[in-house]
Amino acid sequence: MLGSPPKAALRVSGLRKAYQDVVAVNGLDLEVRAGECFGLLGPNGAGKTTTVEICEGLTAPDSGEVELLGLHWNSDAQQLRQRLGIQLQDTQLSEKLTVFETLRLFRSFFEKGPGAFEAIELVQLEEKKNSRVGNLSGGQKQRLALACALVGDPDFLFLDEPTTGLDPQARRQLWDLIEQFKLSGRTILLTTHYMDEAERLCERVAIMDNGKQIALGTPRELIASICAEHMVAFSAGSNSNALDIPALRRIEGVRDVRTENGTVELQVTELHLAVPSLLAELDRQNIPLTELSTHSATLEDVFVALTGRHLRDE
Amino acid sequence: MSETTALPEVRSREAERKAPRGKSFADHALVQLTMVRFRETLREPEALFWIFVFPILLAAGLGIAFRNRPADVLKIATVTPELTKSLQREKLLSVQQLDSNAAEDALRTGKIALLAVPGSNGAVVYRYDDTNPEGRTARMLADRAVQQAAGRVDPVAASDQFLREPGSRYIDFLIPGLLGMNLMGSAIWGMGFTVVDARRKKLLKRLIATPMPKQYFLLSYLLSRILMLVLEVGIVLGFGAWIFHVPVRGSLLDLGVVCLLGSLSFSALGLLLASRAKTIEAASGLMNAVMLPMWIASGVFFSAQRFPDIVQPLIKALPLTAAIDALRANMLQGANLAHMAPQMGVLAAWLLVCFALALRLFRWR
Repeated sequence: MLGSPPKAALRVSGLRKAYQDVVAVNGLDLEVRAGECFGLLGPNGAGKTTTVEICEGLTAPDSGEVELLGLHWNSDAQQLRQRLGIQLQDTQLSEKLTVFETLRLFRSFFEKGPGAFEAIELVQLEEKKNSRVGNLSGGQKQRLALACALVGDPDFLFLDEPTTGLDPQARRQLWDLIEQFKLSGRTILLTTHYMDEAERLCERVAIMDNGKQIALGTPRELIASICAEHMVAFSAGSNSNALDIPALRRIEGVRDVRTENGTVELQVTELHLAVPSLLAELDRQNIPLTELSTHSATLEDVFVALTGRHLRDE
Repeated sequence: MSETTALPEVRSREAERKAPRGKSFADHALVQLTMVRFRETLREPEALFWIFVFPILLAAGLGIAFRNRPADVLKIATVTPELTKSLQREKLLSVQQLDSNAAEDALRTGKIALLAVPGSNGAVVYRYDDTNPEGRTARMLADRAVQQAAGRVDPVAASDQFLREPGSRYIDFLIPGLLGMNLMGSAIWGMGFTVVDARRKKLLKRLIATPMPKQYFLLSYLLSRILMLVLEVGIVLGFGAWIFHVPVRGSLLDLGVVCLLGSLSFSALGLLLASRAKTIEAASGLMNAVMLPMWIASGVFFSAQRFPDIVQPLIKALPLTAAIDALRANMLQGANLAHMAPQMGVLAAWLLVCFALALRLFRWR
């Protein structure tokens, strides 16, 4: 390589990919900085996996450029393969092999990297070293998949929905492992449709919808961009039709109101002012309150504010 | 907790980074892939049954059913001492003298195959069921004995030589057939199911996301096939030799070459059949459609010569026919490789065509 290493570990421009009847990626530009953990967020079907697989050299784009670690797939594929760690969505590793045999196999493909046993230690599967893959729990399988991605000592790690389908404890365990890997200064591209995962792990996040990027920034910036720190939700039960929504919008500290299946959600800047006013207003409209909850705004709320839909609906 | 544990890890990785060439033979990707394939097969109980136990059960069952027995002695009856005396000259007949009623009764109930009674003017009448082969045989034997007793001399002298030694019995015909069938089955199933299963589980996609050289993956299948081959062929041949004394008259080396080429051809065929299928169901339908005609037409259980002349060239072009013909030529006639050139040619052609097509059509995802 000539000159100084590129500041961007991954640069994607004008990416487009269509399958028979759907446009999966529709003119996407991305830049992942060296050493950061970058999150690609969006509902199922947003085009995250297609994007990642194009970056991984597994799918050819219809048009657009991918530059990864300063290299290109059409000229430097073999070199790139040695330097990438890849975890695909729902790969089932061979069930008849043990954890150790699986990692030894994957290790044999790479020129450098930790030994099979070291990789097992990295993901804390020492006790399961000689267990068949078929006997592992979901979380253990995902940790093994992560170890298979780490075994080549990658400069760039792709994680496609690493915790989907896991129970909360297994998810937290995997997050710990990923955070540990981040400390070594490698670059990570992570896709997820869990907003809490992105908030915890990612320095920067791009939100995708319908094959396009609709927002980019740090989780904090994105949450700030909807100018609301809190979310207030209440249910008016059978009286929701009688609600005077414009009146709710006029309450001080309320930025926006949306209703969905009888639940009313308010974006609120000043909780201490808005909640008493809301209760007074509902009293005035003679609507009994059946449920009331508040939480701090999250990336999920950002997605709702941008698209009008919830992530988990799709 | 993470800071303290992560740092030494990074350092040890740095250390390994500096010594990339210290890989042992066992850690070579091709060796690892082959070992993994071999392990996966050995850990699949069903596969082991079909590869090792099933052919032996089949050989044992058919070997017992079609074993060579000395010709049966046929039971017949007469009603006169004279006839009894002349008929007793024939060793293959067991003659009883009964009274007429008892004799008729025995004939009706099938206890005897034939009843000889005196006719007028010293003639003999044979009463038997001519649709029963035993009856017809008894008629020939009885008549010969009666005529010779009456002084007939055969114009041509004849003597018998019995072929009962190993090499010409049904089991000798069968074992090479089963061996060929086994080579085909284990190669096509072994190849087809595992490739399609790995594709279905997205394991193929995961593997090509690594720097693994793609040809190593396919090569590892062929290498593990060769390892399995030693076991498969050894067990069937060993069983045949031990229990039924089936001979191997040709050179063992030639036999090994035939088995190897046959197995590689069938593996290439299996790879071709598995090159695109995304489900096990689709693949197994395809594999059965290809294998079933060969089980019937290629002379596993009976000679392929029984089919009409017009389809013979077609049958001879099938890989299983070629493999079985070559195995029989080696084992039963002691033929060397030069004599098996046509069959070897057919197998090599299948290998090349199927492998080339499979490489073009193969889908990793």
